[in-house]
Amino acid sequence: MNRLKEYVKKNQKMILILILAFAVVFPLLGFEKSTIRIFCRILMYMTLAGSLNITNGYSGQTSLGHAGFFCVGAYTAAIITTRFEVSFWPIMILAGIFAAVVGLIISVPTIRLKGIYLSIITLGASEVIRILALNWQSLTGGSFGIKGIPRPVFFGFEFDSPLKFYYLFLGIALIFLFVSHRVINSRVGRSWMSIRENELAAKSLGVECSAAKMMNFAFGAFWAGIIGAVYAVYVQYIDSAVFTLDEGFNIMSMVIIGGQGTLVGPLVGSVVVNGLTEVLRPIGVWRFVMYAALIIVMMWFRPQGLMGASNSILAGGKVKMKATGKAKRKETTP
Amino acid sequence: MLKIENLKVNYGYIQALEDISFQVKEKEIVTLIGSNGAGKSTTLMAISGLVDKTGGKITFDGQDITHMRPERIVHLGIAHVPEGRRIFPSLTVYENLLTGTMGNRKLTKQRQKELLEEQYELFPRLRERLNQVGGSLSGGEQQMLAVARGLMMDPKMIMLDEPSLGLAPIVVEEIFNMIVRIRDMGKTVLLIEQNASMALAIADRGYVLVNGNVHLSGSSKELLSNEEVKKAYLGA
Ligand SMILES: Nc1ncnc2c1ncn2[C@@H]1O[C@H](COP(=O)(O)OP(=O)(O)O)[C@@H](O)[C@H]1O
Ligand SMILES: [Mg+2]
Repeated sequence: MNRLKEYVKKNQKMILILILAFAVVFPLLGFEKSTIRIFCRILMYMTLAGSLNITNGYSGQTSLGHAGFFCVGAYTAAIITTRFEVSFWPIMILAGIFAAVVGLIISVPTIRLKGIYLSIITLGASEVIRILALNWQSLTGGSFGIKGIPRPVFFGFEFDSPLKFYYLFLGIALIFLFVSHRVINSRVGRSWMSIRENELAAKSLGVECSAAKMMNFAFGAFWAGIIGAVYAVYVQYIDSAVFTLDEGFNIMSMVIIGGQGTLVGPLVGSVVVNGLTEVLRPIGVWRFVMYAALIIVMMWFRPQGLMGASNSILAGGKVKMKATGKAKRKETTP
Repeated sequence: MLKIENLKVNYGYIQALEDISFQVKEKEIVTLIGSNGAGKSTTLMAISGLVDKTGGKITFDGQDITHMRPERIVHLGIAHVPEGRRIFPSLTVYENLLTGTMGNRKLTKQRQKELLEEQYELFPRLRERLNQVGGSLSGGEQQMLAVARGLMMDPKMIMLDEPSLGLAPIVVEEIFNMIVRIRDMGKTVLLIEQNASMALAIADRGYVLVNGNVHLSGSSKELLSNEEVKKAYLGA
């Protein structure tokens, strides 16, 4: 395992290029349209779970309301593109910005709250957004949703097949990963992680915790909004029933199963959870029982997720034991 | 350099600090000693703006910092190494140190490198463990990391809250040696300790806190020979 890790580290660039090449060529191998749709789902959830991971994994604030930001993005795009003759791309950015603003607003009361209280606020906010979408008939179409959302066009190239959307979702996932990687390794990212690790210590080092948390929520929400917009033009019909708390937990399960606080974790989580969804389709709703069981088992045996490092803060117990054992040996030898 | 006048702090109904006044001059090591619950940690938290004050005034370099936000106080050059180590357990030693620079935006890349070198010199063990995560260090190493992280912002004054807590005697000695070296580098040190004999051995002056009040003050020599201090804090 360690040798594998070292190998991956040494040949990081090459492995990345290989995976990328695979992702580009793979869907061309003559799959059914329905199979390509599954790949689209996986890619879409990579960004969606990845953006939740920015909040839950990197700043350690457990948000349960990610479906709300997803919803804001989807409705923003759906409402605007069905009413006005506009290019989709600026609207997609606008949807991201709009979701980010909603994220900022939600983050204000969460600044002073921690743990379960913060989670409850995000949960409530997510439901408020969904209920607004359900009841603001004149704007959102109420329970009928919004139909006939036009497809995006890129310089005369129309996104009219799942395969084309596959590449759109792939592109967005790549941009998301690139930007996140840069941000995580910047001062901003360090401030998020220091809050996750120990907020008082972060404060004592001059980290502006409130501002950092607000920025963190806004950043995560922005990408959920972007993905929401693309989702809307992909399925061409949205209604509020998609954006329930179940959806929020679905996204969260990918983050938890894949591994919080790593960029790769949610990617793996999306493959595993969406893959299971397909494999377990024959057993119907019972598959949700399987997810629940899987999450419980994960929490038990590998709380840091599949891709999480064994020295992660989430794997706390083991590390502490090792540390104290070592401390004793070191400090009693004269 | 630092002047505290009639500081009062309440935690809800509990009065933690009743009336605290003291001063720290440039390049001094000043220690606050006192038993558990005397209000030492609260005093430091009040200085760095981590708790709300009910009354009193705090000035640093002639500037009123009583109601400044914590990050502004850090910008002025006060580093606070809180009680209980509080390193970032799943970040590496190197990342922990980098996070220490967050509070000082004026640091150039070059200066940051110099500061890193300074820390490695002061704490050679950290250099050996740069890519290890903080949580896997021994207690003494964690304490050193916490101090080094505070020094990475290149502060004028560093406040250390019980750096010797829970460490073996030999490690404690190492830590105290290091505190003297930090002062010799030109920093001002405000040191909190329950280990009064060690603290007074390296400090220039000391204050004895009892129940949120300054009970005694004087040079370390004076305090070391004070009968009351001997009885209550030096175990004589
Ligand atoms: N977060 C808190 N909430 C309520 N009371 C506190 C809190 N922290 C400290 N206290 C109380 O304030 C007093 C001073 O505590 P502290 O400053 O931690 O003392 P010391 O550092 O000298 O041991 C004690 O009586 C303690 O019980
Ligand atoms: Mg204390």
